[in-house]
Amino acid sequence: MRGPVDVGPPGQFRVPPVTPAQARTIRTVAAIIGVLAVLLSSYYQVEPDEVGVVQRFGAYARTTEPGPHLKFPFIEGVTKVPVQRQLKMEFGFRTVLAGQTTEYSASPEVRAEAVMLTGDLNVAVVEWIVQYRIRDARSFLFHIRDVEETFRFMSEASMRQVVGDHSVDEVITIGREAIALLAKDELQRLCNLYGIGIEVQQLVLQDVNPPDPVKPAFNEVNQAIQEKERAINDAWADYNKSVPRAKGEAEQAIRSAEGYALERVNNAEGDAHRFEAFHDEYRKAPGVTRKRIYLETMGTLIPKAGRRLILDEKARGILPLLQLGPTAEVKP
Amino acid sequence: MTPRRFLVPMVIGAILLALSSIYTVSETEQVIITQFGRPVGGAINRPGIHAKLPFVQDVHRFDKRWLEFNGAANEIPTRDKKYIWVDTYARWRITDPLRFYQAVRDERGGQSRLDDIVDGETRNAVASFDLLEIVRSGNRKFQVTEELAGIGSAEAMANVGTGRARIAAIILEKAARITPEFGIELVDVRFKRISYVDTVQQKVFERMVSERKRIAERSRSEGQGRAAEIRGQKERDMLSASSSGYKSAQELKGAADAQAAAIYARAYGRDPELYQFLKSMETLNATMDDKAWLILSTDSELFKYLESDAR
Repeated sequence: MRGPVDVGPPGQFRVPPVTPAQARTIRTVAAIIGVLAVLLSSYYQVEPDEVGVVQRFGAYARTTEPGPHLKFPFIEGVTKVPVQRQLKMEFGFRTVLAGQTTEYSASPEVRAEAVMLTGDLNVAVVEWIVQYRIRDARSFLFHIRDVEETFRFMSEASMRQVVGDHSVDEVITIGREAIALLAKDELQRLCNLYGIGIEVQQLVLQDVNPPDPVKPAFNEVNQAIQEKERAINDAWADYNKSVPRAKGEAEQAIRSAEGYALERVNNAEGDAHRFEAFHDEYRKAPGVTRKRIYLETMGTLIPKAGRRLILDEKARGILPLLQLGPTAEVKP
Repeated sequence: MTPRRFLVPMVIGAILLALSSIYTVSETEQVIITQFGRPVGGAINRPGIHAKLPFVQDVHRFDKRWLEFNGAANEIPTRDKKYIWVDTYARWRITDPLRFYQAVRDERGGQSRLDDIVDGETRNAVASFDLLEIVRSGNRKFQVTEELAGIGSAEAMANVGTGRARIAAIILEKAARITPEFGIELVDVRFKRISYVDTVQQKVFERMVSERKRIAERSRSEGQGRAAEIRGQKERDMLSASSSGYKSAQELKGAADAQAAAIYARAYGRDPELYQFLKSMETLNATMDDKAWLILSTDSELFKYLESDAR
């Protein structure tokens, strides 16, 4: 066991003596570290959704596909670019925590991304996302510095240009799909123009709203449209309650008149046939038949009458009063 | 012993010499060489490994890629005196590193020149166009839904002669004419954001609110109008149904009455006197009840035999 290192008198520096055995150990360790460094620097692995871009002395050398690879140590460097991965950029909001209950946040700077002028010189708040893929790893790496910021600005400029050519109502309601398509096309056109090596896969509008101070007024319009529809529906309901019924009642009157008509004609025909039949027989003995009917009628008629008076012309002076029924009573 | 003593410093010296006489140029770089501060040779663009004189020559690296430029948002009045914030971005690259190095030295210097140039040209361009020209790109007609037809600025006729993209192109064109003297090529300028200054925005919001209120009012009144129309239609249809029903019923009854009359006339016409007699008998019989007084004369046919049968 050795004591503390003797640093000697001031101004002098003494290295503790190294034994040959120790020196051998140090050399072995240094050699192992050296070999490891060379190995680690020559081996790399490209993940399935990436490609590796290899630069030798800074110059582009080759692009390698997924899998394990070797390169020259130290003089070659590799940058992995996720060309198969779908990347996403958000505008006007940020997903803080994706998951079942996704959280969003929006600082004032982020909100400002979404505020834009519409073609009718109104203001709309448009949130959207862009899904894209790196199509050309070489252009992506070497053509533009700060690709992300550039792409972000390109997207903002495209969206604003398209929204600037639509009215606020188109932006908020009927024109959404068209706007997303146009903005996507414009963004892809810019990508090609810039040679940024990105393919825009989708551009999707998220929440599109009028600015907050104007929102209540926009809601009022929706409400008014609802009210309008309700008023019309109510009126139609009232119509439907009454008109079919009136039509049915009219139909009823017609049917009933048809019944009346049938009855009237049938009765007439019945009466006529009866009369004709009677008349045929009557003609054979008119006098006696007539007398018979007269007397028969009188025979049923007279008993029905409440009071009967039979006056004799010849006995006018004494006013004969005949009471023929049991109830017959002459009131004064 | 002597060679061994000098071996280590010699090796170190050789390495330093080697490192100082070679340099690499990355795919994203371009380089100029200065000798005692004076530029030697042209720009070196080719990526890879290169040689130079050790110690006396220095390497100055410049980016070869498109570089960012994010203009500060400026408050600029348009030709029609609307105050807006205009936020542009540009992309540029160093095409002549030597001139760039001499004129502005580094990127910071370049950015500050670009600030002046791009902002100035933006100001000029914005101030010489109406707001509508800066916002819109063409004379596309807006789609208008039924609720909004006839109301609102959406129907205002646009008359865009130049348009947003063209104005940005004008800025680019003018600014790009100046930048080559700094060894810079301006590759693109675009409007990133255009927004109203606060006071104007307030007015715009008020206008939007009043416009919406007008739309809402009209919608409500349209609803009431349409409802009244439907109620009127209801009255009409009800009266039409009941009266046409009545009409048909009366016609049916009339036709039946006529037919019945014809039948009766034909039958009773054989012997009108007999019909009169029979009907009288029937009626007499029907009118008699226990409240009726029947006053008969003995002269009548019925009582002919009452006084005496002797005839």
